[in-house]
Amino acid sequence: MSRLTMVTESTAQKTVEGLYKDIERRIAASQPGICPVNLSIAFLHICRSQSCGKCVPCRVGLVRLEELVQKVLDGKADEQVLDTIETTAQGIYDSADCAIGIEAARMVLKGLRGFRDDYIAHIETGRCSLNQVKSVPCVELCPAHVDIPGYIGLIREGRYDDAVELIRKDNPLPAVCGMICEHPCEARCRRTLVDDAINIRGLKLYAVMHESSIPAPKCEAPTGKKVAIIGGGPGGLSAAYYLAKMGHDVTIYEQRKHLGGMLRYGIPNYRLPKDVLDREIDGILKAGIHVKKEVRVGEDIDVNSLRNSCDAMYICIGAHVGRAIGIEGEDAKGVVLAVDLLRGIGDGEIPDYTGKDVVVVGGGNVAMDAARSAIRMHAKSVKIVYRRRQNDMTALDEEIEGAIGDGCEILELNAPERIEKDEDGNLKALIVRPQIVGEVRMGRPSPRDAESFEQAIPCDILIEAIGQGIDYTVFSEEAGVQVHRGTIDAFDWGGVKDLDGIFAGGDCVTGPATVIRAIAAGKVAAANIDEYLGFDHEITSDVEIPEVILDDMEACGRVNMKMRDPRERVQDFDIMEICMSDEEARQESSRCLRCDHFGYGVFKGGREEKW
Amino acid sequence: MVKLMIDERPITVPNGTTILDAATKAGIHIPTLCYLKDINEIGACRVCMVEVEGHQRLFTACNNVVEDGMVVWTHSKRAREARKKNVELILTEHHTNCAICARNNNCSLQDVASDLNINDLPFQKKIDYRFRDRKSNFPLIHDFSKCIKCMRCVQICDKVQASHIWDVVSLGYDITVDTLNTLSLEESKCALCGQCITHCPVNALHERDDTQRMLDALDDPEITTVVQIAPSVRAAWGEEFGLDPEFASVKRLAQAMHQVGFDYIFDTNFSADLTIMEEASEFLEKVKNPEEATFPMFTSCCPGWVRYCKAHYPQFVDQLSTSKSPQQMFGAVAKSYLAETLGVDPDKIFSVSIMPCIAKKHECALPNMNDAEHGQDVDLALTTREVVRLIRGTHIDPRSLEERELDQPLGIGSGAGVIFGATGGVMEAALRTAYYMVNGKNPNPDAFRDVRGMQGWKESTFELGGAELHVAVANGLANAGRLLDALDSGEVHYDFVEIMACPGGCSGGGGQPIHDGTEKAEDRADVLYRLDRHDQLRFSHENPAIIACYEDYLTEPLSPRAEKLLHTDHHAWLMPGEN
Repeated sequence: MSRLTMVTESTAQKTVEGLYKDIERRIAASQPGICPVNLSIAFLHICRSQSCGKCVPCRVGLVRLEELVQKVLDGKADEQVLDTIETTAQGIYDSADCAIGIEAARMVLKGLRGFRDDYIAHIETGRCSLNQVKSVPCVELCPAHVDIPGYIGLIREGRYDDAVELIRKDNPLPAVCGMICEHPCEARCRRTLVDDAINIRGLKLYAVMHESSIPAPKCEAPTGKKVAIIGGGPGGLSAAYYLAKMGHDVTIYEQRKHLGGMLRYGIPNYRLPKDVLDREIDGILKAGIHVKKEVRVGEDIDVNSLRNSCDAMYICIGAHVGRAIGIEGEDAKGVVLAVDLLRGIGDGEIPDYTGKDVVVVGGGNVAMDAARSAIRMHAKSVKIVYRRRQNDMTALDEEIEGAIGDGCEILELNAPERIEKDEDGNLKALIVRPQIVGEVRMGRPSPRDAESFEQAIPCDILIEAIGQGIDYTVFSEEAGVQVHRGTIDAFDWGGVKDLDGIFAGGDCVTGPATVIRAIAAGKVAAANIDEYLGFDHEITSDVEIPEVILDDMEACGRVNMKMRDPRERVQDFDIMEICMSDEEARQESSRCLRCDHFGYGVFKGGREEKW
Repeated sequence: MVKLMIDERPITVPNGTTILDAATKAGIHIPTLCYLKDINEIGACRVCMVEVEGHQRLFTACNNVVEDGMVVWTHSKRAREARKKNVELILTEHHTNCAICARNNNCSLQDVASDLNINDLPFQKKIDYRFRDRKSNFPLIHDFSKCIKCMRCVQICDKVQASHIWDVVSLGYDITVDTLNTLSLEESKCALCGQCITHCPVNALHERDDTQRMLDALDDPEITTVVQIAPSVRAAWGEEFGLDPEFASVKRLAQAMHQVGFDYIFDTNFSADLTIMEEASEFLEKVKNPEEATFPMFTSCCPGWVRYCKAHYPQFVDQLSTSKSPQQMFGAVAKSYLAETLGVDPDKIFSVSIMPCIAKKHECALPNMNDAEHGQDVDLALTTREVVRLIRGTHIDPRSLEERELDQPLGIGSGAGVIFGATGGVMEAALRTAYYMVNGKNPNPDAFRDVRGMQGWKESTFELGGAELHVAVANGLANAGRLLDALDSGEVHYDFVEIMACPGGCSGGGGQPIHDGTEKAEDRADVLYRLDRHDQLRFSHENPAIIACYEDYLTEPLSPRAEKLLHTDHHAWLMPGEN
């Protein structure tokens, strides 16, 4: 008998570990629109299998809970059963010995509160209230509902022009999205069940890069209706594009020198080169859109007379006002707002930070853009100061990693306290107070002051990137547009409350969000403005989608995007991402499971041919 | 072209051909269940699985296309076993009480299971018996315990009938097919076309069986039973007995009905002619007074279309002809003129119709369909299928039936009446008589043949009294919907429009015999046009029974008595959601 033995894994144990990974991927790939009560029972079943069996509430209670929820699903329950579920779950939560039982009960309680309506629908109607299977996860999760399986199928066949043309049915900015879309489409890609999500954005970029030329959009007969679009960002451009295609007379009013909004004045060239953006915008303008640049509505033109001169108006002014932190010493020379800095860069005014120590405050994508731009402006050092932990940052992981790769340093868990300046008012240092990660509030661990001392981070430039606001004053005060919590109050169909013919969308309605959400808002507005004007134009594509190619779905790694070498890329503002090779694109496109054909998509929801 | 091998047979087919079609072309049968060509190619039942060499998994033949060099095995061990397993799984959810099922011997699941030699189930069955709790008198019945979730009804209702009644409700294992936006069929906008029934592979959807009510009436010695036979029934009733349509004539059906026990057997063709007299007059009246009329005028003889119009396009209800359908005209005449002629107490008449239709069951029970003032004008509407069951139940050998003349005076119909059973027929019949009414002489009876044919939306222009007459004919409610949308948006202008809810018209009606996977509307329409062609009488206004009926009773079309008995107010009853 040995006194101690090394832990060795049996084959069964190893297999189970593999199955855990499979289930993790399976949960990651849960398609939207699953019955929450059904999921609850499945989760309960897993929880029950994890119980050691020592204690009554967990061993017996979880099984009884499962039976009760099954009764609801079978349409054999009344509301009394819901109470029993709740009191039983509460009892387990209160009296289980360890987290296995406690957390299982908490999930049930969370569900009872979060989707009680669905429990009741099951009891009263014998049906799930959600009712509709979402057949193609990527299309469902893309705010603009781009036909992703369709264009990936086209890429696989080498039909790049058709692929991009198909994208334009729902999104007139394919090149922009190929480069900088946050790709929510990939989040629940069904391919994750097999190995990993398809690199959808990368494939889109590949198609755009291989498009021969942007064709002139085909427009319907002129309707004689005038639409004014205020703001030439991605949302405004999208709305203008589709409205012009529908035959309306569209004018974009843009306050700056160039169109593009945050695409030009927020996103640095190394992520979205200006020539790509210009080419894309020129393609959109081929639809016959009028543009008035350097016109500020409210100053150069009265908002109400503009409203009266057109048949409908779309407000998509974005969120361009940088927010200051609001700490002592912010007036020091050398303190800048990230949005102002990036805007200048967008117009070609690139400051020289040679030899300077730069601090960026914030953890979002704008903070990363500012920090990485500072590196490219030859800063001696760039530190990103953030109040929470690095993994709590809202920036995309790839941006954070990219910034680190570029040479930025991340100082997590440091709350800006005040700014120190010298007698001339020049910035000397940012004083921070170290934080400790604390309790989870609203799903996010929040920091609090650690038992520690303030620290000074000496710097010459401080870039504040903690958020942006919306300059809606002229619309609220003069046109009567209602405002709610700092954003314009508009319906999900784009209409502005109580104002006939005025629509709004994009960042100015949602707060700072993503380009694809702005594009989607523009598309929604275009459809509803068309209807408001008394028309029923349809946006379609005559691109024929290729038949699927039968395949066995053997696991195959995902082609990730490659970046230029950090030592080289930080020297300039040129594009840093490297497009997929032909070989990579061929392989990656062949990984697509074609959910438009296999699964529910072939029956319903596989393809929206028009909108 | 693509070259491939299926079960060792080389075959060349065009690009884009499905494996199933390629196999069929090679003379190889791959079993299917949920598949319905062009309508439901969703690979849900997984019965048509085939093995493709070089692949680890099987593929459905119905909705995957051939590739060059493909080697397919349709009955390999893996394909056979997977197919059998899937049918076994389907059977665990299907109430297999075949002996007492209306689709016994006409059931695709039964066929597939029997072909695969399944004689035992290694599973416990779990059957959804919900419909049993439903106390409903609706003519369309949904039996959850039979439903195999093939989704054909959903697709027919969406794609062909644009009614969107059936949908998938709930999610995952709990999914079922049901009405989506309402909790019952009665509350839905169902047109009662019955296409979901005729395209159901099993008996999950079926009509309310009313044969017992009819037998009770036949058994009552106090009651005089009167039956009318709709035009399209004569083209279809013999199918289930394997009879040739020339043999399975209306006169043999009359003999069968006589043996079943009916006192009088009449022809709906008579009242179809009556409908033409009234409807053509109504239309010419509108043409004469265009300022008081809105065009087009729509035919209203199809109750499925009337229900659809009221539920989905209420803006057109006032343009429906007020002339009743032939079924209802017959009913009103039977309990008035006929009762008088025969000297029978109209309260003792039990009036039955044999129809290719489910909506007729609803129509005859409408609260205002009692203009003869002796109860419902038509007491009962039976489908062709119920009549076939009745003949079986009476143990009649249809092959030995002699022809029996229909009874008088309502047993005479013209060729114009008989073509009511095919799409375009009402329009053609009406135009024949309208021409006569305007010009005082008959046109060539085939002058308006342009409106014939299975096309979903036909249009034509004829000259009538020196003016151009624009007419259109639609069959299938999705086609009707497209036509109505085009009218609504001003893209098209018509004077007179015929609409039939079922594809092909009544010959493809939801009450007709079911032949899974085969559309019979065109063949049956050919029978009707043949009957018309060979009829001595091809104009409604020349029908001597019609002439007598006007002379003796109704005086003339649109007379006060005709208005009372033969016309109706489409606003007198409401569809769900209509106000």
